[in-house]
Amino acid sequence: MNSQNIVRSSATSTATPAPRIRDHQIEVAKLIDVTTCIGCKACQVACNEWNDLRGEVETNVGVYDNPRDLSPDSWTLMRFTEHEDESGRLEWLIRKDGCMHCEDPGCLKACPIPGAIVQYANGIVDFQSDLCVGCGYCVAGCPFNVPRISKQDNKAYKCTLCSDRLAVGQAPACAKTCPTGAISFGSKQEMQDLAATRVAELNERGFDQAGLYDPAGVGGTHVMYVLQHADDPERYAGLPKDPQISPLVSGWKDVLKPAAAVAGAVAVAGMAAHFIGVGPNVTDEDDHPEGAQAPRPAQRPDAGPDDRAPEPQRHAAE
Amino acid sequence: MSRKSDQILRTKFAERLCHWMIVLCFFLAATSGLSWFFPTFSWLSAFLGTPQMARLLHPFLGIAVFVGLCFMFVRFVKYNLPARSDLIWFRNIRGVLMNRHDQPLQIGKYNAGQKILFWAIMGAILVLLVSGLIMWRAYFAEFFSIPVLRMAILAHSVAGIGLILLIVGHIYLAIWVRGSISGMVTGYVSRAWARQHHDRWAAEIEARETTQGVRK
Repeated sequence: MNSQNIVRSSATSTATPAPRIRDHQIEVAKLIDVTTCIGCKACQVACNEWNDLRGEVETNVGVYDNPRDLSPDSWTLMRFTEHEDESGRLEWLIRKDGCMHCEDPGCLKACPIPGAIVQYANGIVDFQSDLCVGCGYCVAGCPFNVPRISKQDNKAYKCTLCSDRLAVGQAPACAKTCPTGAISFGSKQEMQDLAATRVAELNERGFDQAGLYDPAGVGGTHVMYVLQHADDPERYAGLPKDPQISPLVSGWKDVLKPAAAVAGAVAVAGMAAHFIGVGPNVTDEDDHPEGAQAPRPAQRPDAGPDDRAPEPQRHAAE
Repeated sequence: MSRKSDQILRTKFAERLCHWMIVLCFFLAATSGLSWFFPTFSWLSAFLGTPQMARLLHPFLGIAVFVGLCFMFVRFVKYNLPARSDLIWFRNIRGVLMNRHDQPLQIGKYNAGQKILFWAIMGAILVLLVSGLIMWRAYFAEFFSIPVLRMAILAHSVAGIGLILLIVGHIYLAIWVRGSISGMVTGYVSRAWARQHHDRWAAEIEARETTQGVRK
């Protein structure tokens, strides 16, 4: 599998697309079955190992989440939720958080630097950190609150879906290491089929609302979840129910940007037309207007109070 | 006042220095900002070096523009307060734009259009300052929620584009009205220029000179 085929590149006009000819590729996906996850954090360790990440060791704050949040050097994280339903039954929900690799990525849409965020033909969304300027627009663009800016080098980081492992035919480190098989990896179609099988099993076991999380608002994702309660994804540490690129971000990119381009062009054209039509606004240094305010007497002897003779026409306005 | 008697000091040294300092900083901040707003023109950030360096310097240049405009506000606000006579200028806007100078419009040190520009610039810089501080990475952005950051980025874009359009207009009018640019460089304008473009101001200056006996 060649993951180096870029189908989308940040800050690049759709009028000048990336090379498209070698894009006949299978879209990949990672399927995380939260119902079989035991929260062992092996995936976190595998991620740190493979990507050479060594986050600072934090202190225990009384919850299982460790580290407390995603960070520039923690690209995936088990989020633990203790949920009590109406009948008082406690559920311990564990969700592996990280980049969802959206089909329509908000980070890529918001990024102002050409090529700093790319999407490969297999669906992976990747940050090209050497190009990153650390503006944080990807943070604002992401509907899942995933990218993090490093204090060390002021660049954005997130899960790469192990694009470097995929390039040599290996599965992502987290999927490879998961001891319960809660993380599967393959083509998007395979993962959807696998999810359907698993959801049917869960349905049989009484989880009527079990389902696949592959949100349509962002065109689907290349990281998907099997949830026991797909009707209420918010229950899993705030997984958004209907994630979408914020209207503020699309308004900025899809409305304001073209409007500003038109306004700029109209302004320049208007000014050019004005100058060509009216000519420069020159002061005749010998000419003294007969305005009542001027205390200085008119020096021209022929300039009477009713002298409304127009100024010498320097440039005909017609 | 030491200049030739047909010249009037319109803009003092400190004000001129401030103006041209702002011109430089605003040019660099605006071009780098445009490079991110219109990534097709990403080369516009090259005035500041690498894209990373442009990104690093842009906020500081913006702060410099803000500080410069604070000084200008203090110096010029009294000339930019709305006056009843501004209505005359508005009523004659067509004649003004068509280069007709046959009517005295009772224009003070700044005409009504310049006053609008003054207040629009001051409003825009305030929006740019607040939104820019909120979204300023490495320093302040982490203290704000993502929805607030989104609003700040959008507000910064709107105000930035608005300010750039205003300044483009300002530059054009300075080019159109001959004598304006040399006025801002040297500080002096001719009496005829003053009477043509700012008749009430010219009259006030000349009246003051007469009472103070400065003019020979």
